[in-house]
Amino acid sequence: MSKRSSWALPYFIFLVLFVVLPLVLIVIYAFQDNSGHFTLGNIAKFFSDGDSLSTFALSIEVAIENTLLCILIGYPAAWILANKNLNRSAVTVVLFILPMWINALMRTLATAELFNMAGIPLGKGTLLFGMCYDYLPFMIYPIYNVLNKMDKSYAEAAQDLGATPGEVFRKVTLPLSMPGVVSGVMMVFMPTVSTFAISEFLTNNKIKLFGTIIQENINNSMWNYGAALALIMLVIIGITTFFQGNDTEEATNGGII
Amino acid sequence: MAKDERIINIEHLSKSFGDKKVLDDINLYVRRGEFLTLLGPSGCGKTTLLRMIAGFLQPDEGVITLDGRDIAGLPPHMRPLNTVFQRYALFPHLDVYDNIAFGLKLKKTPEEEIDKRVRRVLKLVAMSDYEDRDVETLSGGQQQRIAIARAIVNQPKVLLLDEPLAALDLKMRKDMQIELKEMHKKLGITFIYVTHDQEEALTLSDTIVVINEGKIQQIGSPIDIYNEPVNAFVADFIGESNILKGRMMHDRRVAFIKHEFDCVDEGFGEDVPVDVVVRPEDIYFTTDPAKCQFTAKVNSCTFKGVHYEMWVDTDTGYELMIQDYDPYPVGSEVMLYIDPDDIQVMKKERTANNYPAKVTGEGKVEFLDTEFECKTEGFAEGDEVTATIRFEKVDLLDHEEGADLTGNVVFILYMGNHYHLTVKTETGENIWVDTNDIWDKGDFVGIKILPQDIKLSKPAAGNE
Repeated sequence: MSKRSSWALPYFIFLVLFVVLPLVLIVIYAFQDNSGHFTLGNIAKFFSDGDSLSTFALSIEVAIENTLLCILIGYPAAWILANKNLNRSAVTVVLFILPMWINALMRTLATAELFNMAGIPLGKGTLLFGMCYDYLPFMIYPIYNVLNKMDKSYAEAAQDLGATPGEVFRKVTLPLSMPGVVSGVMMVFMPTVSTFAISEFLTNNKIKLFGTIIQENINNSMWNYGAALALIMLVIIGITTFFQGNDTEEATNGGII
Repeated sequence: MAKDERIINIEHLSKSFGDKKVLDDINLYVRRGEFLTLLGPSGCGKTTLLRMIAGFLQPDEGVITLDGRDIAGLPPHMRPLNTVFQRYALFPHLDVYDNIAFGLKLKKTPEEEIDKRVRRVLKLVAMSDYEDRDVETLSGGQQQRIAIARAIVNQPKVLLLDEPLAALDLKMRKDMQIELKEMHKKLGITFIYVTHDQEEALTLSDTIVVINEGKIQQIGSPIDIYNEPVNAFVADFIGESNILKGRMMHDRRVAFIKHEFDCVDEGFGEDVPVDVVVRPEDIYFTTDPAKCQFTAKVNSCTFKGVHYEMWVDTDTGYELMIQDYDPYPVGSEVMLYIDPDDIQVMKKERTANNYPAKVTGEGKVEFLDTEFECKTEGFAEGDEVTATIRFEKVDLLDHEEGADLTGNVVFILYMGNHYHLTVKTETGENIWVDTNDIWDKGDFVGIKILPQDIKLSKPAAGNE
């Protein structure tokens, strides 16, 4: 091993201990029964259990809704922040990012308390509010970054070629900012599928998400089923993001005009 | 000239960014079909002028008319002009074909028409087989061609080009210059071209507009600008030149480098200080003592490809640059002469620094936002006066301590035996300095003026 590459060794050890090993453990546990024998029972149990399946479907649904909500609110926000005529100060950008400096759990608890004080019943509405509040900065920041760094001459060139301000946005700014939207989606969609704290606090456990069931199983020492659920989630999210990645790439490359 | 020959007319155009005046009272017209170049050093305001014509900037004052119509209120997308941007600005999410078709699609041009026109311009820029290529896979020169194609496919009345060749390497730039010139001939579109490269401007243009510090210095054909620069800035900026202090003795007789020469200029008056420009290729060697006007010693001799570049010290202590096809050995004594035709005499823009000043007390005067000590005999406190300081009486220091004020060297002219510097003060005023010390452009300097070197006088009408 050369001298330089030995610098990577600590990171390599870290990766093995805290990423690869846990993943391997999840896979091993998922295919074992209580007594440690190989079984496909855990996987089969999930696909035959209506409750688990519907919870999973609900989780995906909530995650999609939350992601769309974040795009709808986050894109215009990022656009305004990146527009030098509307926003001249970096302070506004920091203000949008500021909530990220506070622990998500504390913010969620505080939000739940506010709803209680205002007498608003906890349910799906409050859940989406809390999720959107928690994840919005993760959507705004990558979009803001892309818009902020975008060469202004693209918009000018489009104007020069006869595009109205609306056409400039539709045909140039929006397609060129898609990479920011894609990374925003990645950072919002995947964590929302597996979240459990937000649904617990903001719906009083009335709505159970997939993350909640995994947590309950692990808490109740049902390690093997919990591990199987975690594995299933990983695989399904992995597959969807793979397809999603391909789709958005196509969207940015062509199909715009 | 008939009025309708002018496609663009610019009158009294001014623009400031904050306190800085980037364009000052620009008056200019562009003839239909001509190749006009805005030429000047970086930061002179040429790009600002182009962006105002394109519509990306609004003028503070003045009028721009296109075909006799005021286009001030017209946003860029409604102006029948197209721009080739410095960094091309090709849309990275579209391929070559869609980049070129962008403007036509916006105008809802029929599909077959778009196809026909895109193919035609692709052929014109010699990029026919590239229509499906991703623009980011193209080389700089190819991107340049596509950027031009994208602009001309819309058949604009005027094509604006913002330093389009600046990002290309030398060889490529030369090739593209020839192609641009060809394209201009073929298309018959009016070109307005911005560059800081004087050689490019001389090669391409029908008309050159030399701009410096937001003001037009000279407008003319390349030959006029080269042979008859109106001031030292233009002479220095365009090509190589010997710029020298001179004195017009009387019509057709000028003195410089402590010799007298016949020239062809008239109308300056008698015994008037002037600036003289002699191009290095216009100083000739001779072996005939009858022809010899002055002698010199060769100081250095460098081969430059086509010619040799020599620096000589004249018998009167001036340094001159000479270009000749034959080398003369370093150290040799040579006899030289200059043809009357090749001496360009220019009116001196100023002979000393003059500033409006105010007497602020006994022995104290304020100008350039600074208080100076000087003799104030004959003036009372509060008097408005003119303070005059000779160029050679301004001292430049390389530090702030002991300086009256500070500034930056913005322009340097070698005058044969001394340097003539323009120093811009913090408040944006110019001080002109004659010095034998070597400074660099951009140097931060302390400026010191001794009390006895400041001369006060009653402000004359019209005197700045």
